[in-house]
Amino acid sequence: MNYFELFKLPQTFSLDVATLESNYRKIQSESHPDRFVTASSAEKLASMQTATIANEAYQTLKSPGLRAAYLLSLQGVTAIDEKNNQMPADFLMQQMEWREAIEDAENARDVSTLQNLLDEIGSAGKNLQESLKSQFQRHHLSEVTESTRKLIFMDKVRADIVKSIEKLD
Amino acid sequence: MALLQISEPGQSAAPHQHKLAVGIDLGTTNSLVATVRSGLSSVLVDDDGHALLPSVVRYLPNGNIDVGYSAQAAQSQDPANTIISAKRFMGRGLKDIDVTLQPYHFVDNDNEMLQIETRAGIKSPIEVSAEILKTLKQRAEKSFGLEENSSELVGAVITVPAYFDDAQRQATKDAARLAGLNVLRLLNEPTAAAVAYGLDNAAEGTYVIYDLGGGTFDISILKLSKGVFEVLATNGDSALGGDDFDRRIFCWILEQSQCKPVNAQDTRLLLTKAREAKEWLTDHASAQITSMLSTGELVNVTLSTKQFNELTQTLVAKTLSPTKKALRDAGLNIEDIKGIVLVGGATRMPQIRLAVADFFKQSPLTNLDPDKIVALGAAIQANTLAGNKSGADLLLLDVIPLSLGLETMGGLVEKIIPRNATLPIARAQEFTTFKDGQTAMSIHVLQGERELVSDCRSLAQFELRGIPPMVAGAARIRVTFTVDADGLLSVSAREIASNVEANIVVKPSYGLSEEQILAMLKSGFSGADADKQARALAEAKVDAQSLLEAIKNALEKDGHLLNNQEKQQIKAKIDALQANIHAGAGDANSGAIIEATEALNTATEDFAARRMDIGVSRALAGKNLDSLEI
Repeated sequence: MNYFELFKLPQTFSLDVATLESNYRKIQSESHPDRFVTASSAEKLASMQTATIANEAYQTLKSPGLRAAYLLSLQGVTAIDEKNNQMPADFLMQQMEWREAIEDAENARDVSTLQNLLDEIGSAGKNLQESLKSQFQRHHLSEVTESTRKLIFMDKVRADIVKSIEKLD
Repeated sequence: MALLQISEPGQSAAPHQHKLAVGIDLGTTNSLVATVRSGLSSVLVDDDGHALLPSVVRYLPNGNIDVGYSAQAAQSQDPANTIISAKRFMGRGLKDIDVTLQPYHFVDNDNEMLQIETRAGIKSPIEVSAEILKTLKQRAEKSFGLEENSSELVGAVITVPAYFDDAQRQATKDAARLAGLNVLRLLNEPTAAAVAYGLDNAAEGTYVIYDLGGGTFDISILKLSKGVFEVLATNGDSALGGDDFDRRIFCWILEQSQCKPVNAQDTRLLLTKAREAKEWLTDHASAQITSMLSTGELVNVTLSTKQFNELTQTLVAKTLSPTKKALRDAGLNIEDIKGIVLVGGATRMPQIRLAVADFFKQSPLTNLDPDKIVALGAAIQANTLAGNKSGADLLLLDVIPLSLGLETMGGLVEKIIPRNATLPIARAQEFTTFKDGQTAMSIHVLQGERELVSDCRSLAQFELRGIPPMVAGAARIRVTFTVDADGLLSVSAREIASNVEANIVVKPSYGLSEEQILAMLKSGFSGADADKQARALAEAKVDAQSLLEAIKNALEKDGHLLNNQEKQQIKAKIDALQANIHAGAGDANSGAIIEATEALNTATEDFAARRMDIGVSRALAGKNLDSLEI
């Protein structure tokens, strides 16, 4: 099941999030297990399967990083591959700087610096999404793959910062 | 549309009749039952007009069991046999709880759920909770004018703290089963409260539910929009509640009056005095605590609001850390929050209200009774789930509160399903063998946010057996974790290369095994085998008939999705099932009916899947009949 087809959306990176959300709710209104509590077990099974796929599809398309990786996978490209994770040197440098800054702030128990880092990487991610839009439009697969990898790495760094903040809270 | 009624004389199965269903708030301190009547959700009261049932169970010397106010009144005299706050022990081992101030004779079961030795024998928290549920079930049956265990009561929605883990949820479901209740759904308490508040106030936007009960704390953030209640994030502390505030006062009393450690009776007595003082301080500046202990010592102290606030400020602060986490997980700031709904009796404390107002920079909403709001919301959901059409088209999208993971090398946990993922959810993970000819593999499932196995809750150890012998690394075992709408986990495994379904031995670390439940159910039903058989037959018939009715409806509506051959195949299974139901008295057999029901179910799987696809496309095409009505 193609996630874009499921939500009756055009297969593009720059999708309309409001329509995604509203179509997701419409599908759940039809398929959620709560609608089938007194139904036959065959119908319960169908409900469980559809509602589960709808949740997975919604989470994938809602997140720009996962959406880009999903679009690549439809082209037969694996964005995150354990054997091949080449990154440009400047991005690797940038990553190391972020990691060091997180570690320093964590040791200094400095939540506001962590919060600033979170915002900084967040806006860097937004810029990257803009580049991705045009890269997708130009069907430039290798650029798209590189940007997607970066975006997913940035999401990971952000998740780690949140973890650090929680530890200090 | 006229529907054929398939029912035996004396069994009413009229499809358009209002179906009876209840919502139950199984609380740490008090429990309630509610139902929707004439479109309005209301709490059912006992013969004395009480809405609350104290969650207290006493095993009496004469073998009877007391539940509620009378049991509560006896708690100081008979503490070891009067179980209060059993909810705190649900799905917990002895090492998980603070046993100080507990008067019970605990039975430690190593890595299993704790038990309590009473004069009526050894009782698990599940059995104690089942007594409370039975009492509420009887209250509902009486209020509906039904006989006991009538099949007219379709089922119940039982609420659980949102932050309950899998073991605690499973224990709650087991308790309901033991009480003879059909569980329509386990519903998270804050979500239930959001439903009651949201529908009552036609609320739209992002709301926070702050729920401080007797023994648990939950924070949930929900987006309310056109009858859809979407939980964005939830967090909490399943061992923090009003009880802890009582304990702080209790310790303070002992300190002030310089008492020696007191016995179990006096502990209960002073804890009760502490609770009364806490409640008094909600509307007064100071509380006088006077009590004569069994030793003859007189306790006489005065607690001021200021002192009470100082004693409990760390507890109040403990609720704010989960609140911050939930906001962060939802990706929201306090400015995004439209309102904060207070739930649970403990939110009556002024210091809680002040702390919430101070944190969110707005006054919390208090226009619904914090004791009743959860039961009222559960009743609304029960009414919808039972199939009664209500005015609003209600849809609840809830989440899993704690991450699920697997033990990997070095005692570390690898997360498989992250916290706050919307339910239902399924995730698969592949494993391989590390030895030539390996045919079995052990898998350890954990729940929690920490990195070390020892810091997370062990849910189950699975043994995968029957893996075909291959060279190391050749087998590909796909393990699928599914969490259903009740928030309960199930696991299945398959070896992909050979397509062998691996044999899973489930050993729940904290929960009852199927055998244990059956044994408890058996001991609960006194009566001859013939009675049991009659009961099984009646149950099988009810199930079969509701399936026939559902399939008849489906065929009338979407029969065109099937070709003639497929219709004939289903028709044959329907006829076979009907023949079994209508078999003569001597030949009627619950096993044969169950088998024929299963066969009909299997025969309609494709049909059900096609109907689902059509339903989904119809919804997205905007031709949904329901949406035309709005």
